[in-house]
Amino acid sequence: MRTKLRILRALLYKEVQLMKATPLIPRVIVMMPLMVMLLMPLVANLDVKHVNIAVVDNDRSQLSHRIIANLNAPHDMSVTRLCNTPAEAMDALTAGNVDVIVDIPADFHKHPSPIDIQANGVNSFRGVLGAQYVGECIALTVAPGHKDAVSVVNLFNPTLSFRNFMIPAFIAMLLIIICGFLPALNLVQETETGTIDAINVSPVGKFTFILSKLIPFWIVGMIVLSVGILVGYLVYGLAPIGSIPAIYLGAFIFSLAVSAMGVIVANYSTTMLQSIFTMFAIILVFQLMSGLFTPISSMPQWGQYLSYLIPPRYFNELMRGLYLKGASIADLWPQFAALTAFALILSLLAALSYRKVR
Amino acid sequence: MNNIFLAIVKKEITLILRDRRTMFITIFMPLILLLLFGFAISMEVNDVRVVAVVERHTERTRDILQRIEANDYFSFKGIVNAAEVNDLLTRDKADAALILRERDGEIESQVVVDALNPTVSRTVTAYLSAVVKPQTNNLLIIRTLFNPQLKSAYNFVPGIMGMIFILICAIMTSVSIVSEKERGTLDLLLISPAKPSTIIFGKLLPYFLLSCIILAVMLTMTYTVLDLPFSSTVVSVVLITILYVILSLAIGLLVSTVVETQVAAMIVSAVMFMTPVMLLSGMIFPVDNMPLPLQWVSCIIPARWYIDAMRILMIQQSDITFVAKDIAILMAMTTVILAAAIAKFKASNK
Repeated sequence: MRTKLRILRALLYKEVQLMKATPLIPRVIVMMPLMVMLLMPLVANLDVKHVNIAVVDNDRSQLSHRIIANLNAPHDMSVTRLCNTPAEAMDALTAGNVDVIVDIPADFHKHPSPIDIQANGVNSFRGVLGAQYVGECIALTVAPGHKDAVSVVNLFNPTLSFRNFMIPAFIAMLLIIICGFLPALNLVQETETGTIDAINVSPVGKFTFILSKLIPFWIVGMIVLSVGILVGYLVYGLAPIGSIPAIYLGAFIFSLAVSAMGVIVANYSTTMLQSIFTMFAIILVFQLMSGLFTPISSMPQWGQYLSYLIPPRYFNELMRGLYLKGASIADLWPQFAALTAFALILSLLAALSYRKVR
Repeated sequence: MNNIFLAIVKKEITLILRDRRTMFITIFMPLILLLLFGFAISMEVNDVRVVAVVERHTERTRDILQRIEANDYFSFKGIVNAAEVNDLLTRDKADAALILRERDGEIESQVVVDALNPTVSRTVTAYLSAVVKPQTNNLLIIRTLFNPQLKSAYNFVPGIMGMIFILICAIMTSVSIVSEKERGTLDLLLISPAKPSTIIFGKLLPYFLLSCIILAVMLTMTYTVLDLPFSSTVVSVVLITILYVILSLAIGLLVSTVVETQVAAMIVSAVMFMTPVMLLSGMIFPVDNMPLPLQWVSCIIPARWYIDAMRILMIQQSDITFVAKDIAILMAMTTVILAAAIAKFKASNK
């Protein structure tokens, strides 16, 4: 046992020296979280702004003028074109100058027949939301006082900020990328340069060796997490409501699972390109199916079942629960349990799949 | 001269074919992405888990609850105590709670919604309000042109194409050239009578062919399984994609001339190209919403122009003249980067 610990310490020392020798890696570990955390929240914005509207006014009454004036009033919409014919408006839409066409029928003020609202669906998100905004605005003008009498309480995210929703997810994303890619790169690099053969002929046990590959990325994971939390707080003013130690505990287990995955991929790869492309495929599926960007409940049934097999799913729920809902470990025990199970199984597989003799 | 070129191409193709797994992934990853985006990923809100808090049961509250149960968008999870609501939402056992109280014979309703994801919660609130207070407002007809069924595939296909080609062309070429540098076989080639430009094009051609295969596979899938409308614009789509592939290859070549190790090539490609493509190209998040300086930055990202052109051609199905600006920019970028890469390659391997 003691010798094993000594070997482990020597191997870890080697890893540190290696990192020092390739200054690119430590730089990535700090710069990438900084870049992502500084840029991403600014970019990740699905709100629809600057909706340009073309109005075809066949009515030309006081009512239709009021509709146009009200469409111009909100900050995020403006009527940029008044067209005489639907074809003219259509041309403006095809050329990308307007997003929504509002077609007011003749004699609308006397006997209201439906107003036609057409949105450009090329970017379906923008089209749908833009049309919805325009629709709400017109509905208010035509039938005032109809505003829903239902009062709404927005729990956990009262300002409806998409940014706050995404910040914990970005930290999860960074952990996946950094703790997944780096061990895969590191191990394959040893295979390519041939230094792994030196380990293979030495008496170092495979568990000790794999552990020496996993421990550095635990530490890396903690650094990434800390940078993420700090930037989130200092730049965007979002601090976790739940307990911070619980977040660190979750990230600790999660980064073990992800880096074990990286080691497994590396064990089955002989070239760097192979390991990177395999990791890319895995990470993309991870990011898409884990509810990072789109809700899991919107997926078809098979997709939802598939997502149970994806560790980041649990980590996402955990991060958002702790960060925004202020949930406790007791509330989140299924997520913690699932992550722990994944971490144990994956690290076991990582050790087993490493073979000294090929 | 020609023989040398063919020999290099043959060598490179053998190298690509030998690495079965990488080939498998390069062809299947786009397919899996298309399938996931086409069928699994959507922003559509359905299956909202609703609980209700009812102060006093009356004819009208029963009516509202029945409407919720009958509605396909909701799955009704029963009536609970007002005190439980917060806990249920925190533990993610429900998405929204509808609270019905009676004031002076009128129903007063309140929606408490899990607003973690604001885009989803807005829709949930709108659905619930519509069920509680149905309005007979038939004055508006809202239609979405070009994507009437609002399929998410329409949104994502151009973006996936923009990402895949950068990924495959830029990373694969830069890594393959740098790995030859690392092993020293590149020097062997350079001292041979082959001209540097022959070596470059010999190395790039196989990856170009691989990209064309991937493009064919992706387009077939897009027009059959994902059901995008097929029209004559497909010719322009292919032409512009080929331009984009050449541009990506040039980027890969440029990267390979400035880095020395495979790890560095990988990291530079991933950090300098992959991340910006995903974030700033408008693939997921609209460019219009970004702060102005970031919008300027997005202008130098080739994928932004490519994805824009693809959206117009594939979804709006407009004529190629509508994307003249995008094509001009992509062409200018290709010329500049290719020239820089070749000059750098020649200079560094003298």
